Order: sequence, then structure tokens, then C-alpha cells
Amino acid sequence: MKVVLKNLTKRFPNRDKRIHEDVVAVDNFDFEIPDGKLIGLLGPSGCGKSTTLNLISGLETPTSGRIFFGEDDVTDLPPENRGIGLVFQNYALYPHLTVRKNILFPLENLKGEQKLSKEEMNAKAEEAARLVQIENLMDRKPAEMSGGQQQRVAIARALVKRPRVLLLDEPLSNLDARLRLQTREEIRRIQRETGITTVFVTHDQEEAMSISDRIVVMKEGVVQQIGEPQEVYDHPENLFVAKFLGTPAINVFRGKVEGGRLILGEDDVLPVSGLSDREVWVGIRPEGFIPREDGPLSCTLEAVEVMGRDTSVVSRHAASENETIRSIISTEERAGIRGDTVRFALKPYKVFLFDVETEEKLPFRAE
Amino acid sequence: MKKNNWKAWIYLLPAVLFLGVFMVYPLVDVFVYSLEEGYNSASQTFWGTGLYNFSYVLHDPYFLQAVKNTFILVIITVPLSTGIALLISLGLSSISKVKELFQTVYFLPYVTNTLAVGLVFMILFKKTAYSEGLVNLLINWFGGKSVDFITGPYWAKMFVLCFYTVWVVMPFKILILTSALASVNKDYYSAARIDATPPWRVFTRITLPMISPMIFYLVITGFIGAFKAYSDAVALFGTDLNAAGMNTMVGYIYDMLYGNSGGYPSYASAAALILFAVVLTITCINLLVSRKRVSV
Repeated sequence: MKVVLKNLTKRFPNRDKRIHEDVVAVDNFDFEIPDGKLIGLLGPSGCGKSTTLNLISGLETPTSGRIFFGEDDVTDLPPENRGIGLVFQNYALYPHLTVRKNILFPLENLKGEQKLSKEEMNAKAEEAARLVQIENLMDRKPAEMSGGQQQRVAIARALVKRPRVLLLDEPLSNLDARLRLQTREEIRRIQRETGITTVFVTHDQEEAMSISDRIVVMKEGVVQQIGEPQEVYDHPENLFVAKFLGTPAINVFRGKVEGGRLILGEDDVLPVSGLSDREVWVGIRPEGFIPREDGPLSCTLEAVEVMGRDTSVVSRHAASENETIRSIISTEERAGIRGDTVRFALKPYKVFLFDVETEEKLPFRAE
Repeated sequence: MKKNNWKAWIYLLPAVLFLGVFMVYPLVDVFVYSLEEGYNSASQTFWGTGLYNFSYVLHDPYFLQAVKNTFILVIITVPLSTGIALLISLGLSSISKVKELFQTVYFLPYVTNTLAVGLVFMILFKKTAYSEGLVNLLINWFGGKSVDFITGPYWAKMFVLCFYTVWVVMPFKILILTSALASVNKDYYSAARIDATPPWRVFTRITLPMISPMIFYLVITGFIGAFKAYSDAVALFGTDLNAAGMNTMVGYIYDMLYGNSGGYPSYASAAALILFAVVLTITCINLLVSRKRVSV
């Protein structure tokens, strides 16, 4: 089932009653989620991603704009008639019911023609439980399970009615780091097996990048960029997206373009053609640095952190926006780094230029 | 560790002393009194020891009347007040606009003096030389005959007492239940909504189990409170409750100690222990039932 969001807008009255201007939680969201894909809504807290999810689920009604599931306009349908499954951030499992009863709960509400016999319901519940691999925990209560197991129960409960769309609100935020890795694989697997169009919300870019078919980066209710994770990472549309994706974060410099050369402080680091002389924001991914003795970018060495496979070099540069620059190099390249200064050459495709005012991407050729 | 034990005891001393003097000693004393036959409080002497006091109390028609009154009161008011409080709380939590106002209104009886409330009930129910009482006026309006609620038939007096008790205990229950309802995570309701759960099922399968610990708490304290009822009856029917036939178990104990027929601490002690046994039994039954029913 494809999901289409057309000019979706949601305004809330301001909490501060003295301010009469509404808060725009979601601003003109336009997006078509292809059938059977896993979409990650990504952004810092307060960016409107959860509101977007609630709009799709029907728990919130949009101020304007339409929502379509396939060809059906569901904008005015209440949540129960939309055919969605929703997994809450805190799972919202009924604590007094066993896992089995929790999963059966949505089925027991079915009325009329949809009504199922006890056996059918049990079979469906078992099937959902098998899908998330909790079939041996069916008689436990939620409190007797780990966070990861509760998460699975919540997914099973959301899936048992075979929803047209599955929505997950911060599905991994209550899990510890190891479980998070495991569970995100699990979500990916379940989504692939069922083929249900799935939207999940997260503030963790790594989470979104690792399992999504597409990610939607949002900021203050406005969609910043939509695309495949790698594509968004490699071609950020603006400074915000560049900063938000990637760990360690991108290094931002204040630089200028002069006569087709990119100047950082006093270092002439890269040829950039296609741009007039101007001031720019320069983003350089940590993996975009190559330590070289005759490299054009000269930095003061702070520390070298060895992390096994990679080495992280912490240094300073006058033009850097952050206090330190963090670059990731392979361990073999480390040998040359000693003394007080370290010099880098840059990989041009890891360097992004943004307008100082609009912070939009400035396309250039590195030649 | 052992060496410092005396220090711990010194820290505990104020509390232990207080509890010992005002709780433990009186309890032991009550027990002792109840076994001393023919105790005379003036000369502080008694004939012998045994269970005669219990036998006397259990054969005393006034005590039996008090037990009957107390049980009727408990059985009627506890479920009724809890049920009505739950309904009002549900109503309160589903409105948003003038919620605070209603909450205040419903809480007012809690901060009102028992005797003042008693006075209001007098005006409502009591016949005087000048007035039939407001309730009787209403009954007359609908073509009924006046009922003497304060000195009239037993059922009328019991009705007033129950009505009064329910009204007095309601605010606290509403307070507890509204906060219990408010503390149920909204996500449960959202989840139920998405699953198209009918309202009645939401109430019985989600709301009720979620607040069941609080309901249970209210039932237990309600039972205990109703068994200890006394001042309410006094406020309505005056201090000579035996004559009015509206005495309660605590009222009987008080009368045995200080009332017109006072000066019998042994009988009072025996009655107090019987009351204690009753309350303990009921509370144990409550606990047993709740272990099966109350979740979380």
C-alpha cells in the first residue's frame, strides 16, 4: 500500500497563551511513500516527525492537506478505520494482560463479518508471535519481559490485524545499545517478510540510515531532504542535513571562494570551479581527510585516538566553526602523524559548500 | 556493628516511646480489661478473670442493634459511595472546560465540619414546629406523605444515615479516583482507539484494571472507616443513640466508657476487641479477593 501525503500541514495553538501565533508542527509535507518500503522520519526533537506519524495514524487531524492510502483518501477517517498498526514509543502493552491476550486484543474487537472464531484468533496470534519470535513467551506478562521482548510483543500486536501501514514511534529509543542493533535488524526483517509499508520515527540518524529504504530529514516542521540514506549522506541539500547525518559529525568551516580556489583561513585547499568569489560554509566529512606531509590544510594536532580499525585525529584549525576537527583515517595512515602540526589533503567528493545566508548547497566541480 | 546498636536504639527512642505509650500499652490494656470481670474503675478492683465481658456484650440487645446498624451501613455505603465516586470521576475526567470548578465543588464536603454538615442535614430532613423539612416538602410536592426521618421509622433513619455517610466519604474517593484516572497513560487509550475498541470494553478491559489498585485501596479504607462510624450518627440523631436505635459499634464502645451508662471499661474493651476482630476478618477477606482480581 503506497501512502501519499499531499501538502500536509498541522498547526497547534501556542502553549504560551500570550502568543497568538500558531505553532506549525508540520509544514506543507509532500511525499509519496512507495508500496512495501521502510521509511525513516528523521530529525531532532520538536521537528514534527512524531506529529507526521500521528497524522498518518489519524490520532491527529491535519489542519490542511490530504492523506491517501493507495487510492483511498483517509484524511477524514478515524484511526480505527484506516487499517494501521501503531507501535508506541513506550509500547503501551496492557500490563495486566498476558502476551497472548495483548496480541489477541485487537482481534477481539472485530465485529460483524470480520468477527473471528476463537481458533482463528488464536491461530493469527500465534502466527504474529512466530513472526517476531516470541511464541514461547505467550503466557508471560509484559513486566516479566525485557525491553526488547516487549518491543516484539508491541510489533506483533500491531501486525496481528495485517494493517495496510505499520507505524513505529521511536521504536528503539527504550532499548540499550546492543539490543538496539539487534532490534533494528529485526524490524528490517519483519518488514521484508510482511511487505507492509512501514514508517518509523527516530532522532538517531544511524538508526534511520541503517535500515531505511528512504529517509526523510525534517527540521522545524519542514522537510529538508528525502532520499536513499547513502544519497542523502553523500549529497546533503543544505548545511542542516549535512550536520545532522553522520557520526562523527561533519566538520564545518567558514571559508571563501577566490578565483576558483577554496580558501580555509590561509590555506588554499581545493580547486573549485563554477562558483563566483564569495564566502561559504564548508562541510568536510571526517573520512574526507588524507594525512599527507605536503597537504594544503595545516592543522594543530591535539590528539590521536586509536579505535582499532580506524584512527581518529583531533586537531584545530583557525577557520573551523567547532573547537576541534575530527578526522577518521585508516590505521596505516597514522604512521606519518607526529609533532605539533598535521597536514591534510582533502577528498573533493567529501567536501560540501553551502551558501552563508541560505545554507543551501552550492554545486561546484573540483578541478 | 553490634557495638553501635545502642546508638540505633537511641535514635529510635522518641518514636518507640511514643508508639509504646500511646499505641502498644493501650492495646495491651484493652486486652487486659476485657478479661477482668466486674472491674470497678473507682476502686480499680475486679472479681476474677474470664470471658464474661464478651458474653455480656454479645447478649446485650443494644450491642446487637449497634452491630446490625454498622453492618447495614457498611454493606450499603461502601459499594454505593465507591460506585458513585467512580461515575463522577469518569465524568470529571471526560470534561475539560470547567473541570476545576466541578472538582472543587465535589471536594467541598471533605473540608466541611461534620457537625455543620449534620446541621444542614437536619434542615433537609428534620421536622420542626415550623417546617416539615425540605425533603418532606419535596415528597409532599409529589403527592407523598411526610416521613419523620430523624425520630421516625427505622428504615427512614437508616436511609438518612447512609445518605449522609455516602455524601461525606465521596469527596476523598473522587479525589483519589480522578487522579488515578489521570495517571493512566494516554497511549493505552490511543492504542485501544487504533484497535477499534468499543468504549465499554475500554472501560472494563483497560481503565478498570489500571485503576484497580486504587479502587481496592478505597474499598478497604472504606470498610474500615464505615465500621468505625460514630460521629455521623451523633451529628444526625444526637448523643443518645441507643434510645434512637441508631447506635454503631464505636458508639456502643463510647457509651460504655463515657455515656449515660458509662463506667464499664471492661465491656467497652470486649466490644472493641470484637470490632477489631470483625474489621480484621473483613480486611483479610478483601486482601484474599484482591489478590485474584487486582492487577499490576
